[in-house]
Amino acid sequence: MPDQSRPALDQYPLTLTVNGRSVRRDVPGERTLLELLREDLRLIGTNLACDSGDCGACTVLVDGRPQTACLVLALDLEGCEVTTVEGLAARWRRQLDRDAAGDPAPPRGAPAAGPASLHPVQQGFLEEGGAQCGFCTAGMVVAAVGLLEECLGAGRPPTEADIRAGLEGNLCRCTGYVKIVRAVQVAAERMRAARGPTP
Amino acid sequence: MSGSAARPFRVIGTRVAKLDAVEKVTGTVQYLPDLAMPGMVCGKILRTSVPHARIRRIDTRRAEALPGVLGVVTGSNVEQRPFGYAKDHLALKPDVVRCIRDEVAAVAAETDAIADEACRLIEVDYEALPAVFDPVDAMRPEAPQIHAQFPGNLVNFSYKFNAGDVDRAFREADVVVEGTYTLPYVTTACLGTMAAIAAWDPRGTLTMWSTTQIPFLYQRDLAEALGISGDRIRVLQPPVGGNFGRGLDLYPIDIIAALLARHVGRPVKIVFDRDEEFLASPTREPCVFTLRTAARADGTLLARDARVVIDNGAYVSWGSTTPYVMMTTLAGFYRCPAIRFDTAIVYTNNPYSGSMRGYGNLESTFAVEAQMDDLAERLGLDRLQIRRLNANRPGDRTPQGLRITTCALTECFDAVARDVARPIDYGPRPGWMRGVGYAGMFHVGGGARVYRSDGCGAIVKLDDFGKVTLVTGASEIGQGSETVLAMIVAEELGIPFGRVDVVNSDTAVKPWDVGVHASRTTFIAGNAALLAARDVKRQLLDLGALQLDEPVEALEVDDGFVVVRAAPQRRIAYDRVVRAGHFREGGRILIGQAFYDPPTQMLDKDFRGNVSVTYGFAAQAALVEVEEATGKIEVVRVASAHDVGRALNPVGCEGQIEGGIHMGLGYCLTEELKLREGRVLNPGFLDYKLLTAPDMPEILITLIETVDEAGPFGAKGLGEAGTIPISAAVANAVKDAVGVRLTALPMTPERVYQALRERDSGSPPRRPHRAPRRRASS
Repeated sequence: MPDQSRPALDQYPLTLTVNGRSVRRDVPGERTLLELLREDLRLIGTNLACDSGDCGACTVLVDGRPQTACLVLALDLEGCEVTTVEGLAARWRRQLDRDAAGDPAPPRGAPAAGPASLHPVQQGFLEEGGAQCGFCTAGMVVAAVGLLEECLGAGRPPTEADIRAGLEGNLCRCTGYVKIVRAVQVAAERMRAARGPTP
Repeated sequence: MSGSAARPFRVIGTRVAKLDAVEKVTGTVQYLPDLAMPGMVCGKILRTSVPHARIRRIDTRRAEALPGVLGVVTGSNVEQRPFGYAKDHLALKPDVVRCIRDEVAAVAAETDAIADEACRLIEVDYEALPAVFDPVDAMRPEAPQIHAQFPGNLVNFSYKFNAGDVDRAFREADVVVEGTYTLPYVTTACLGTMAAIAAWDPRGTLTMWSTTQIPFLYQRDLAEALGISGDRIRVLQPPVGGNFGRGLDLYPIDIIAALLARHVGRPVKIVFDRDEEFLASPTREPCVFTLRTAARADGTLLARDARVVIDNGAYVSWGSTTPYVMMTTLAGFYRCPAIRFDTAIVYTNNPYSGSMRGYGNLESTFAVEAQMDDLAERLGLDRLQIRRLNANRPGDRTPQGLRITTCALTECFDAVARDVARPIDYGPRPGWMRGVGYAGMFHVGGGARVYRSDGCGAIVKLDDFGKVTLVTGASEIGQGSETVLAMIVAEELGIPFGRVDVVNSDTAVKPWDVGVHASRTTFIAGNAALLAARDVKRQLLDLGALQLDEPVEALEVDDGFVVVRAAPQRRIAYDRVVRAGHFREGGRILIGQAFYDPPTQMLDKDFRGNVSVTYGFAAQAALVEVEEATGKIEVVRVASAHDVGRALNPVGCEGQIEGGIHMGLGYCLTEELKLREGRVLNPGFLDYKLLTAPDMPEILITLIETVDEAGPFGAKGLGEAGTIPISAAVANAVKDAVGVRLTALPMTPERVYQALRERDSGSPPRRPHRAPRRRASS
């Protein structure tokens, strides 16, 4: 809910990109990115669990890097690109489209890579049982996407230890992380296969 | 009970994704904090700043005058009735506060920020009272009295159990071991905090959106606390961010939400912030467990004698009933003929405890399994051998009268002994000592009759387009119950799994159930779903018999078709059979229903009775490394073997075990709610340390299928088992590695270091960098 106790004077204009769409809002100085997402934009997939950056449940990508949205002030994100769990599938499609556009001779009749509605990390979590109560899942999936994009972009597939270290900031109370780690391993393999060897 | 289909399983035993997995991975699931409705306002609770005090005066005028505030409630401006297991408190404390989580006022406001500000503007004048924070101190005659009606600060629950001649057994024993074990406050630390929305309609009906896991008992208890009849309350259960026992009781948040909503005439939402969750959500009860065990020279157990002192905190919730389960393990885990068990449950000015996964069994198993190792050491026996010698077996009856039917405890130990000994891909590290420890457990696996009913209802409806809807009394709390129940229905009906949906979150629709606890849902709700599916299948076959012009005995349902068994080419898709029922003259609808209440007994006044139809068994082995210089423990590998009856959905079984091991290892190594003078010192994830992904060991799981004839398709309960033995297994592994017996949890580096120094001061110091040892089996 917008904070009506504050006069409108304290608000400042903000323009940023959220899940591929440009967003313009007048935002109070103390508003966090998480509040902007959940309350102003009603993107409720990103969950509030600790409000102190300790649990990772609200992890989003800011210019491709995982960040806890509860610790970021919205006004610091002028011109930034934010991806939440709701935007992962489209992000993946855009990456595949860019790959296809950059490829001078796409193989004829090649099947469309991957299902359109889920990012490979989401698909991995679905198949491997990576979500139980699901409250950490959005942040966990986003953190895993950030980790895999970084590793695969640098041409080094992540080891299990890399994945565990990369998810250290994301707490889960249900799974013991076993199926989460497995889901990320499965996704890493699929992302590599779908996008081909990195130059 | 087995299914009626004679064919091989199509659904049962396959690895099935949870029905809600797509919503969860895409972030489209709507948890309680995500819900919004017209007119809804924010509620905030003001808690005491003094753990034990008389409230002289509460002045809410400044808060009420703040723009955006709709109203303030206190113990003096609303009507409420005592609630809780012992009816020993009111949701809003009118005169005395007894612990730091006590609620003194609550505000409804247009925004969270205004509600927070209003709470700061409420002035409360406290007259501090002498307080007591240690249960032993609280039992002294001069201790401050916390409740006038409970003299001596003793909760008036007695859990005395006696069997056999204990004194004689100890006199005649070849060996006696003893110890005192100190178990800490821990909390469920769910990622989703407790929350409630309350909305009254003009006819006086209250709708609650709640994180409860006992919707029907909650309905009853909330009605009583508000002084209205239960039929005026509808409970909705949106997806919840974990529960693990947290939702097993009615708590002040629910009552206060309802009182506030009535007071201001608007829907009110209260969501705990993280500090509040650590401060004011139920904890596991801290206790001191004193145990002696007597045995013969060959290792045969003769007697156990235990006394447990439980810090109840300021009010009674489920934490003070955990001796029911402690006693069952003490008197029933491993064969032991003579038992004495007693407790003191003591009121203090600490926060009060509720139920948490494993519920008394972690505590009891920690003590019992430490002494199995101590006995083996004293007698020079192999640690697995002494366990095999005393292991429960099918057909056993425990001293309390629990009937052991299927039981693969020995096989569980065999499996973990094999798995923990697999090669490790790195060599010994200088300064680290390696050791292996074992522990087992048993727990109710066929319901648990702690209330007069242990029942659950189910309805299965077949409808147009082949829609199959299971309406179950059971609740989904993230554990995957709705998925396994849908699998049971699909298998029994002979209809593809993808056609089954589950409705389980509205008391206005779903049939009655006791709630999610005691690892009972797969077994109890599963049997109810199986029976309801069987009922509707019979109706489907009756209708199909008319359409196929065959006797009903000649038909079966397979893969979505009503089929003539002897001539399988003659068949009709089941949805066409259903639809014909709707349009035929004298038509019918197809709805099957069942109520399953298992053939068990409540414990009698002497704590005897068979509370569960069947029991789950498990064993775990931990491979640990301990750094001599720092006392740091690293758990490298956990092998976990479980007698599950039948693994209906192996993904779900593994997920419960893996998550259980995480929770149990936290209890063992890092988690502790630290209190000083009744105040919680570490109300955040930074200081209350849950294990992270890199902290977790390799986990090797074995599911052993004993196919219990009482369970749905042979399944037994499993939900808590992974949590229970792990602390004991790790403590035994630490003893194996460095020769010290840790008796207090969590086993922090400080505690281990201290124990190592004590070891070294009492005996010649060990050589540094001694090569880590690995024993074959003990």
